[in-house]
Amino acid sequence: MLLNGVLIEDTFAEAFTMRVARLLITARTPRWAKEAALKLTGFATSVIGCKCEAGIERELAADDTPDGRPGLSVLFLTMDKESLPQRLIERIGQTVLTCPTTACFDGLPDVPDRLPVGKALRAFGDGFQASKVVGDRRYWRIPVMEGEFLIEETFGMQKGVGGGNFLILAADADAALAAAEAAVEAMSGHPGVVLPFPGGVVRSGSKVGSKRYKKMVATTNDAFSPTLRAVTESQLPEGVNSVLEIVLDGTDGAAIESAMRLGIRAACRPGVKAISAGNFGGKLGPHHFHLRRILNGASAPPAA
Amino acid sequence: MSLAFTLRTPPTVPLEAEVLTPARLAGLSAPEVAKLSVVHGNERADLGEFFQVQGTADGGGAGEFRLTGDLSRVKHVGAGMADGRIVIHGSVGMHLGAEMTGGEIIVEGDAADWVGPEMTGGRIVIKGNAGHMVGAASRGSAVGVRGGEIVVFGNTGNEAGHGMRRGLVAIGGDAGDFAGVSMLAGTIVVLGSLGWRAGAGMRRGSIVTMHPVELLPTFSYACTYAPLYLRLLLARLRRLGLPVADAQVSGRYQRWSGDAVELNKGEVLILEA
Repeated sequence: MLLNGVLIEDTFAEAFTMRVARLLITARTPRWAKEAALKLTGFATSVIGCKCEAGIERELAADDTPDGRPGLSVLFLTMDKESLPQRLIERIGQTVLTCPTTACFDGLPDVPDRLPVGKALRAFGDGFQASKVVGDRRYWRIPVMEGEFLIEETFGMQKGVGGGNFLILAADADAALAAAEAAVEAMSGHPGVVLPFPGGVVRSGSKVGSKRYKKMVATTNDAFSPTLRAVTESQLPEGVNSVLEIVLDGTDGAAIESAMRLGIRAACRPGVKAISAGNFGGKLGPHHFHLRRILNGASAPPAA
Repeated sequence: MSLAFTLRTPPTVPLEAEVLTPARLAGLSAPEVAKLSVVHGNERADLGEFFQVQGTADGGGAGEFRLTGDLSRVKHVGAGMADGRIVIHGSVGMHLGAEMTGGEIIVEGDAADWVGPEMTGGRIVIKGNAGHMVGAASRGSAVGVRGGEIVVFGNTGNEAGHGMRRGLVAIGGDAGDFAGVSMLAGTIVVLGSLGWRAGAGMRRGSIVTMHPVELLPTFSYACTYAPLYLRLLLARLRRLGLPVADAQVSGRYQRWSGDAVELNKGEVLILEA
């Protein structure tokens, strides 16, 4: 299959079931909401080293937030449901609570699985905190030097998908980067999807384990590393000299698939030789995103 | 078709009508409803002696019925209701929605004293004025409203929110004296003026007003700021139909802490002039 002269390989991205929460961070200005969101989602690229994955889902207009101020929507994921509340408490406590003018609200209010994040963070108020119920939702007012930090008592948690991906195989590094930037731009703000890596792009795709170091959980994806073409079982087509990966996490497979469709189409531009995807032979992750099916508009089969 | 009651014989003395709840009427026909017993003064009587009843009650407790007429002597309407909806086209008597746990009561006119005493859930909306003791603790009881919302578009009498522990009392007009007296927690919002001695003996909770007020000397000024939760709360009141101005949503408020004769963890928030 060719798209704009770019080969779409007959392969699939293999993704995993994760647990996801959606946070709505608001502030007096978009700048301060973004400052908090960037700190919150910093160092949250991969569960391999960060224990969580997170990213900014989209900007929110004042009319779209609970308190009528500008804000951002953030998706936050972990591999298991036990660690999600702990990671949220740590990160919100250090990055949102501390940031001037911000407030933090639940973006999955209808989800029955509730995480007592605000309920835990209220203890920072040292007994001076106060709760308020507005409608059927409870909030905590935590006194701080600036005034008050407002946070919702509980946050919804649901199953999500982590590790959707595609690889951009290009003739050179400039072409790969331009294609990756175009793909990220096309997927930016897509509902239910975040790109947890820097700028949404990964240059160091990994394989599971190591050929040499037993303790390494993940090591370089030598099959797609151009400098190793002559010394490993390379999967790179001829003429490919640089590869970048786009990793997608999301609230569900349909959102990932939709965003991948946009991203791959945008990435098929001059200098790109092929689009591929990372998988583990289909044996590890229950979510398989077949590139050609996605581009043909067909949905991936449901996860096992 | 849901039940519709039209007052045809106004009671000459208070009529106690606890039977007027969706759960009590569920599944009954109009003739069956008309035979339900009420207390008129000190005598038993049939509901049908006072009301013309039409229609059939909705099945289950979540039904809706309507009352039309001057019911200012009809007491205990909706008392103890858990769900469903009552709409009153006219004024209503004392103890409306007493101890209700859920559902909604809409009054197009005025309500007498004791609206929603000790309610734990649900919502009461009074489009006109309400009497004394809105959302209050019954006499001899230490705790008033424990949850739910009472919204009064007009004015209220004294002791609104007396002893309330949770929930919301929102008053579109003025509140009488002793609003929030002995309140334990919860929120009282007064878009008009507060009367004397607001928050006397309050332990926790919030009283919010949009007009200058002279507080008891046992309240201490803390700061002037924009409490973020008010944006959510006032936006909700606006959705419920109260005339909340943008300046009230985004404005700064003086925070006064009190009552120092008690726990001193309560607050009175006064919109900065």
